[in-house]
Amino acid sequence: MSNKLDAKIPEGPLSDKWTKYRSTVPLVNPANKRSLEIIVVGTGLAGASAAATLAELGYKVKAFCFQDSPRRAHSIAAQGGINAAKNYQNDGDSVYRLFYDTIKGGDYRAREGNVHRLAEVSGNIIDQCVAQGVPFAREYGGLLSNRSFGGTQVQRTFYAAGQTGQQLLLGAYSGLERQVGIGNVTMYTRHEMLDVVMIDGKARGIIAKNLVTGELERHFGHAVLLCTGGYGNVFYLSTNAMGSNVTAAWKAHKKGANFANPCYTQIHPTCIPVSGDHQSKLTLMSESLRNDGRIWVPKQKDDKRAGNDIPEEERDYYLERRYPAFGNLVPRDIASRAAKERCDAGYGVGASKMAVYLDFAFAIDRYGKIEANKKNMHDASKEQITEMGRAVVKEKYGNLFDMYKQITGEDPYVLPMRIYPAVHYTMGGLWVDYNLMTNVPGLYALGEANFSDHGANRLGASALMQGLADGYFVIPYTIGSYLSSEIRTKSIPTDHPAFVEAEKAVQDRINKLINIKGKQSPESFHKRLGKIMWDKCGMARNEKGLKEAIAEIQALKKEFWSDLRIMGDADEFNPELDKAGRVADFIELGELMCVDALNRNESCGGHFREEFQTEEGEALRDDENYMYVAAWEYEGESKWNLNPEPLIYENIKIAQRSYK
Amino acid sequence: MSEGNMNITLKVWRQKNKKTSGKLETYQVEGISEDMSFLEMFDVLNERLVSEGTEPIAFDHDCREGICGMCSMYINGQPHGPLQGVTTCQLHMRSFKNGDTIVVEPWRSVAFPVVKDLVVDRSSFDRIIASGGYISVNTGNAQDGNSLPIPKDDADKAFAAAACIGCGACVSACKNASAMLFVSAKVSQLALLPQGQPERQDRAMKMVAQMDAEGFGSCTNTGACAAECPKEISLENIARLNREYLGASLGSTN
Repeated sequence: MSNKLDAKIPEGPLSDKWTKYRSTVPLVNPANKRSLEIIVVGTGLAGASAAATLAELGYKVKAFCFQDSPRRAHSIAAQGGINAAKNYQNDGDSVYRLFYDTIKGGDYRAREGNVHRLAEVSGNIIDQCVAQGVPFAREYGGLLSNRSFGGTQVQRTFYAAGQTGQQLLLGAYSGLERQVGIGNVTMYTRHEMLDVVMIDGKARGIIAKNLVTGELERHFGHAVLLCTGGYGNVFYLSTNAMGSNVTAAWKAHKKGANFANPCYTQIHPTCIPVSGDHQSKLTLMSESLRNDGRIWVPKQKDDKRAGNDIPEEERDYYLERRYPAFGNLVPRDIASRAAKERCDAGYGVGASKMAVYLDFAFAIDRYGKIEANKKNMHDASKEQITEMGRAVVKEKYGNLFDMYKQITGEDPYVLPMRIYPAVHYTMGGLWVDYNLMTNVPGLYALGEANFSDHGANRLGASALMQGLADGYFVIPYTIGSYLSSEIRTKSIPTDHPAFVEAEKAVQDRINKLINIKGKQSPESFHKRLGKIMWDKCGMARNEKGLKEAIAEIQALKKEFWSDLRIMGDADEFNPELDKAGRVADFIELGELMCVDALNRNESCGGHFREEFQTEEGEALRDDENYMYVAAWEYEGESKWNLNPEPLIYENIKIAQRSYK
Repeated sequence: MSEGNMNITLKVWRQKNKKTSGKLETYQVEGISEDMSFLEMFDVLNERLVSEGTEPIAFDHDCREGICGMCSMYINGQPHGPLQGVTTCQLHMRSFKNGDTIVVEPWRSVAFPVVKDLVVDRSSFDRIIASGGYISVNTGNAQDGNSLPIPKDDADKAFAAAACIGCGACVSACKNASAMLFVSAKVSQLALLPQGQPERQDRAMKMVAQMDAEGFGSCTNTGACAAECPKEISLENIARLNREYLGASLGSTN
């Protein structure tokens, strides 16, 4: 197996790697930091925390986001929580256990060194956020509260109601705005990165579009950090925000950065089902709900009774039945596949029959009884118990229940929720080494935009952890290994031919898009791409479907470039034009995802190839042939070269993943 | 594409950019389903406008689950429309009736200039936060999270204030275009927590000064802001901000 990529994992015992590396990584002195410029694209958890922390260290930072404010980045919508190996609950948690759970949860397709580092810094993240004034949930004694998430048997998830991402992002945002106020960060809102500028083989800046005026701008940086999130919107329908896109990462890919494991997408098991063709996005119901909600379908096929009318003995709690050790808290990939299996077999519920129940009746009853005991109400009526139980559930999940009711028109305190899996997160992303640098010198990728920590499936409450780990505690150290050798590089004037050329290429592409003057809207192409991806590269894939998908995507691409219609002009605020550019990139990415899924002749985590499953329908890995990171190098239209990076497990014993 | 049987008359503010003046245009939208969100109705209309060769209506939106704060429509004279505690993106067509006429305008405030159609510039909010809406703690300085117990009640109140999504509905609802609810939510969150104490006075003074500099109006306690806030941020926060500001002006923390 050829290996062009060097992950630069430090030598030594696993638990010493990061400590030792951190203490020996070259430093940049404070005076030199002031003359080094860093570009940060994206202001979610990874971007905002990186921009704030690098500015605190003294670097000159320019930060960019396409939204009207850095506070809007989609990290804001994360609901359930953030993991940290604090062991505050005294239930046996440790750095090793978080590391182990994450590797196992990722179906043995993540790097040991990176994941252990993530677990090591997880505790610092909680401390930092508390110090910023993030109002985490607390117990009556004033200490931090925890809950459980999927794929673990300890309570290590910190949370702020169902709005944890919001509170963490506002913490990072306040740190970022503080640096903006001081003048260490220049913030560019409503700006979209449209290319990386390369000079002598290194990333030296970006071309950004001012989305209000349509003007293209050139920005120099000694290093460029892409913190631009995931690419779930390639499926059109996902839990991502409408604006979430792959464009920045894709431009980097076309300038030489390898794209790793693009086929690893996470389908989240508990989302509000699709209600019709008008649907523009899907809404998640946090995994934390599986702490208290029980998932079931009727035992009888095509049962037309309402959920509450189906008696206990006629219900199939299929997760508890199949996975007694973890029950409703199995990892996401497993819960999603199990829901699909039941619905495909004809046991689904609701009008579309593509849904299962998530039922809180038991939790309401249990909590109600506890409250009654607390209040010494030993002969409380059923109604009183239900009322008290609902109040407890409301405090834990109130905003989620409100959202469900608002979207579906049904009251989940009374009727069981109907849920179905939906695209949520992408484990794949730009290939990075231990320093978070792509294979392009000076170009970094942080957070969901990189591929590094979650293998083939991410555990719940670990995305927030990784975004903030990368931004607060990893990049501030690892960037020194590159920038310490850049202290003699003066700012490069943006009239350098490389900037001029890159800007011209971006301008030409915009003109090309605008001048197609066809008949179909960017939105309509996006919908069609999404349907191909969901049908043939979604929760289950097979060779025949993937081959068809590749042909269909190539045809769609041709049609896009010959029949696209963009209203309005290039030199004004034009969301249609911006959307068209993003859809064009999604189309190309979609093809690569299918190529990757077709190459990986095994099932692992979120990648389920129907040809490769156990007799019980579980994912069947092929460690002999596919225990590698598939990093793809762009070689021209519809052409990629595979650079596999072998995964080496020195500490964990590889096994078939079992949650039974 | 028709999925439902609601027919709606929309009167929408169209304005090419900040420099030109705008006006209301009327559109008929047909076959709307009551399960559609308000913004999905705009998607349907925009797709039709593109097919007819007309420029679609620009509006801000992103998460479409009520948390990012980007959507900002002034619907029939109310920011985020008729429902209490709901953002525009979470408003569904079942809240309207077949045959309704709905007027949709952008946020209206000097401090929120129109960018295009229904899109406004809310960067003044970012500048208010940058002026002091934070705790000055560099990464790496923090002590253990549990070394600082915080009474649950204080933590819950801080969280309720911190739930502000920065959408600007409060400003839009206010006849004076005051940003007091927004500013008071952040000041309250940090004043309620022990971590926020060292900079408490300075923070209130700086944020209020920046709010004034941005051209927001004064607060006359009419309470429209809290009534229209999609996150139901309480007026108590404004009372607290007044106390904080007065205390800071007089040099006392009580």
